[in-house]
Order: sequence, then C-alpha cells, then structure tokens
Amino acid sequence: MSLLEIKNLHAKVNGNEILKGINLTVNPGEVHSIMGPNGSGKSTLAQVLARRESYEVTDGSITFDGKDLLEMKAEDAACEGLFMAFQYPVEIPGISNAYFLRAALNATRKFRGQDEMDAMDFLPLLKEKMRLLEMDERFLNRPVNEGFSGGEKKRNEIVQMAVLEPKLAVLDETDSGLDIDALKIVSKGVNAMRNKNRSMILVTHYQRLLDYIVPDFVHVLVNGRIVKSGGPELALELEQKGYSWTEGELAGAKR
Amino acid sequence: MITATQAPEKYSEIFDQFNHRATAQPSWLQTLRQEAFARFSETGFPTTHDEDWRFTNVSEVANTPFELAGAETVSKEQLEPFGASQFASQLVFINGLYSEKLSTLAPMPKGVRVASLAAQLRIDPAALEPHFGRYLNYQRDAFCALNTAFAEDGVYVHVPQGVVVEDPIYVLYVTAPGAAPQMNHPRNLIVAEQNSQVTVVEDYVSLGEGTTFSNAATELVAADNANVSHYMIVREGAGANNFSTLRIQQGRSANVSTHSLLLSGALIRNNVHPVLAGEGSECLINGLFMANGRQTMDNYMLVEHASAHCDSRQFYNGILNGQSHGVFHGRIIVHKDAQKTDAKQTNRNLLLSDDAQIDTKPQLEIYADDVKCTHGATIGQFDDNALFYLRSRGLSEASARHLLLLAFANECLDRMSSQPMRDHLEKMVVAALPGAAAFSGERSTEDVERNVEEVG
Repeated sequence: MSLLEIKNLHAKVNGNEILKGINLTVNPGEVHSIMGPNGSGKSTLAQVLARRESYEVTDGSITFDGKDLLEMKAEDAACEGLFMAFQYPVEIPGISNAYFLRAALNATRKFRGQDEMDAMDFLPLLKEKMRLLEMDERFLNRPVNEGFSGGEKKRNEIVQMAVLEPKLAVLDETDSGLDIDALKIVSKGVNAMRNKNRSMILVTHYQRLLDYIVPDFVHVLVNGRIVKSGGPELALELEQKGYSWTEGELAGAKR
Repeated sequence: MITATQAPEKYSEIFDQFNHRATAQPSWLQTLRQEAFARFSETGFPTTHDEDWRFTNVSEVANTPFELAGAETVSKEQLEPFGASQFASQLVFINGLYSEKLSTLAPMPKGVRVASLAAQLRIDPAALEPHFGRYLNYQRDAFCALNTAFAEDGVYVHVPQGVVVEDPIYVLYVTAPGAAPQMNHPRNLIVAEQNSQVTVVEDYVSLGEGTTFSNAATELVAADNANVSHYMIVREGAGANNFSTLRIQQGRSANVSTHSLLLSGALIRNNVHPVLAGEGSECLINGLFMANGRQTMDNYMLVEHASAHCDSRQFYNGILNGQSHGVFHGRIIVHKDAQKTDAKQTNRNLLLSDDAQIDTKPQLEIYADDVKCTHGATIGQFDDNALFYLRSRGLSEASARHLLLLAFANECLDRMSSQPMRDHLEKMVVAALPGAAAFSGERSTEDVERNVEEVG
C-alpha cells in the first residue's frame, strides 16, 4: 500500500488557485524530489500536506497511511507521522529547545498510546540527535530558533525530525541559503534517517541538494501541475536546460 | 459618568477610633499620621480627571464603606496552599496585623533585624525614625496618605553594612474577608545598608471572595553598593482591591531588582517608584500581569533618575483575557544633573479576547542633555506562525497556546535571579494560564494528587 496518495489536488491561497490538479504516489521508503521555479506551487503543496488551515483545498484527495489527510488538523497529521521541515523555522523566545521538543515528542507518544518520556530519558536521546547534526549542546537550553543562524535553524529542523521519527518527512527548501558545509551536515542527517519504511519529499528549487540526498524520483512542478516525472537524471537535465524547458513542455502538454 | 469622590465621612470616624488604639506610638509617628490624614481629607480619592488615574476608576473603592479589619483566627493548614512554608523565613500578617503564631523566622546573620513594624515600634522606634516616611510622598498620592494615616503594622527589615542575607524573607499578607467590607494598610520598611544584600518577598493572598481593600506601602532603602531584590505577588480573591506602592531609594552603585506578578483580584494598582539618587545605581523593574474576567490591573511606574550614570530597565508583560483591563503607565523623569542616564522601557501585551483592553502610556520627562532613553510597547494576539509551527510538531491547539503563553511569561520569569523564587512563581503562572488543564506536562500528575488529597 502506498504511504501517500495525492489525487487531483486543487488548492487556493487568498482566493488564488495555486495547485491545479496534482497527482502523486509515494510508497514506503521512497524519496521523491519536487522541483520547480518560484511560484510554481511547491511550498503550497508542502503547507497543504502539513495541514495549514489558510491553504484551502478545493478539489481532490490525499490519503496518508490509509487515512484521509484532509480531515486532519496539523497536530493530528503530525501525530500520525507526518513531519514538515519549515522553509522559515519560527523563533519562539521564552521556550527552550529541549522543553519544546520533549513536549512535542510526548504529544505524539501520547497519541500513539505510549508512555510520556521524562527529562532524564529524553535528554540523552536529544543529545544523540544533536550530535548527528553537529549541533552544540548549548542549543539545548537556547530558546527555540531564537538568534540561530539560517543554517542552525535548518539543522534544528532536522534534529526535530530525528527525534520525532516520522513516517513521511516533507523538507520544504531545507537547502535554501545553506553554505556547502551546512548542506553536507543536513544531508548527512537526512540520509541517516532513510530506511525502507520512511518516505521523504524534498521540495527544492536547486538541483544541488540532490547531489547529497539522491532521490528515487524527481517531479517537476510548473504552474500548479506536475509536468514531468523521472529519475535523478531529470534533475541534472533541468539544471542544464533550465525551467523554461519544462514550461515549454507544459505549453505543449496543454495543447 | 465620572464622579468626583471625596473621602467619606466614615473615614474620619474610623481614623478617630484608630487613634485611640494607637496612642502608644511615638509622637513623631502620630504627627506624621495626623498630617497624612489631613492630606487625605483634603484630596479624597482620585478621579479619572487626575492624569495619574486616567485609566482606572477607583470610585467603587471610594464609595464602599470599608471598616478597619481586625485580628482573625487563621490556622497554618489554611495557609498551606499558598506554598510559602517552603521558605525558611516566613512572616505572616492576617488582615494587616502580624501573627507570631503563624510566622517562622530562620536564624539571621548577626545584626540583621527582621520584625513586625508594631513590635519594632514597641521595642526600638528610634531605629525607624531616620527612614520611616522619608521617601513615600503622601502629598502626591491619596492611597499613600491613607496608608500613612493608618500605619500600624507591616514588616521591618534592617540589614547592616556588609551583611548578606542569602534566603528570601517571605512575607505573606493574608486578607480574611468578613461579613462587611474590610480594609487594611500594611506598611513596610526595608533598609539595606552599604554593601549588604537581601531579598524580600511580599505576597498578597485572600482566604475568601469577600470585598476587601488592601492598601500597602513599602519604603525600600538600598544604601551605597547594596544589592536588593524585591518580589511583589498579588493573588487575592475575586472581591479584593489591592493598592500598593513600592518606593525605592537607591544610593551610589546600589543595585535593586523588583519583580511584580499580578494574578488575581478585582482591582489592582501596582505603583513602583524608584529614585536613583546615587551615581552609578541600577534598577530592574520587571513585571508580569495576567488579568481575566472583569479584573483591572493597573501598573504605574515612576522611575526617577536623580544622579548621573544610572541605568533603569523596565520590562512589563501583560496577558489579558475575558473583559479584563490592563494599564501600563511608564513614567521616566531624568533630572537635570542625571547625565549619562540609560533608561529603557518595554511593555508587551497579549490580548486573548476581543473584549480585553490595554492602555499603555510611556511618559518621558528629560531635563538632562546627555541621556539615552528608549521605550516601546506592543499589543498583539497570538502569532499564527508560531501556533502552526507548534501544532505541526504534534501539540494540540490548546497546548500550543498554553506553551506560547508560558513562553511569553517566561520572558519575565527568566529575569529573576533567585532560582527558588523563579520556580515558586512559575508554578503560580502555569496554574493561572488559560488552558492550563489542556497542557499535559509532568505537573498534571501533581494536580491530580493534590485533588485526591483535598477530597480525602
């Protein structure tokens, strides 16, 4: 059974239709990359998957692990095992990273009928994941994302993903703004989490990320539709020919 | 309609009766009290025409026939829920009067005096005279005048030169409402001599929901290089009106931190008035107010820079729910000779309902020419991005809101340098936050246990 099944998805933001009929199937263990120019609807798709309420779905369906994702609130989707790494992680002054993540982990554990974790058990787990992302332990007690550099914020997203161990991770432009060292660290963290059950959707503008996290499938999103799908080689082709090439294809497809 | 309220006749009668019971007081205090009452009779209670009272109408307090509260029998068990007994030194006042039976005083370093004002007046009133009534301006404020007129008991702390008192001196003011509306006027004096250090906590609580009027005044003297922390907690019952003035006098390089936590009561007016009189002194004015229902919480800050090279930092956060009304009035006066003043003021407010209201007003009066003064106020609702971020990690909407409120409150709690005090106040804040029950943390089990005990 597929983990994620998107059918004919249409979505509006502020009254404008951004997604115009997306179809996508993701099986357990697969890594899909969604590439596209600015304004193509990549981030909208990520936000709809994460169940942001201001993104209005007007048609179509999404099935996640056999359940209707569109019936879920953001927290339900998270508890069911969907994780989105934010393009712009939010700063939350006044709450430490460790406190926040334990609260999040315990919310999902409770949902799954597991015992909540106390601070004694949680800290070693969090420290282990932070080492994986080469984050200093001082970030434990720093307020969530406050005063973090762009790269530190993105690494912190992957730390959260590592702690929450989702079934499906949606990485929304996690590579944007990263220097090559930070990109390698983030990729290493993401690759360490790849396994036969965990699926990932990498939303990105640039092919560069895919040198480090090699996807099974690449989809090109233009103007709210997936206009081309293929293997990793498609990303390279895009890099050489540019998005205008696919826009031409789309124009052809329309006719 | 705004009515000009006068001191009701009633107060004259009560004052006459009070004078009979206070005949043993030293003559300088009797004179001071007479003068203060004369001033109160002259001005009466303030109205909203008065700039300092523009946002808060006190006519209900003015028109209620309060009687002076008397001694009331209270048991230690009744005070247990307030959690003050964890502190080694705990002074308990019932309706403004010291209760020796309920108080515990840990051994103090040599020369430190911690006593009730009444006892000090009996034993050694001369020790009070150099400071008592020297700083609080009853001419300016009718409530201070009334407090001075009825001065009788409160806490007296004197820390000699160079002495450090490690543990907080915790003062619990308990109002036990009677059948008729009652008032009390606690009067405190804290004197920290040169190079000394001390922490004093004032915690105002009620044993009922009846109508009461607590009108406290504290004079805090931090001599040269002294280091003083002051905590003010107001968590009284639904019928409580709590007025307080904290008047701070700072010497050269004295460092004072004040922390206010306003949690409940009908009407709270919290005046904090530091005068940075000695060069190089510093003052932190930190506060958190959380209003609900129809509560009014009015914070009036008056920070006076009277000397050069002084720093003041005001940080007040407000959380307003229901139909509550919050006020932050931040007045800074930089006197002519107070060059190189560095004064900062920040007031941040969260409005959780459509009917909640906040008035925030900075007021800067600068008479020196080489100063740095900044002020800023924000009024907002929940940050949708932050809410979504937390929910996308699995927290329910209620938990996410709770966590964001806690984060907002933590900004204030994090400025408290005493860990036991911070923990003590955090518990109160968490319990008072809207949706506290929805947040499943380790505290929930504690709550369950406590409920079982209460039932058992």
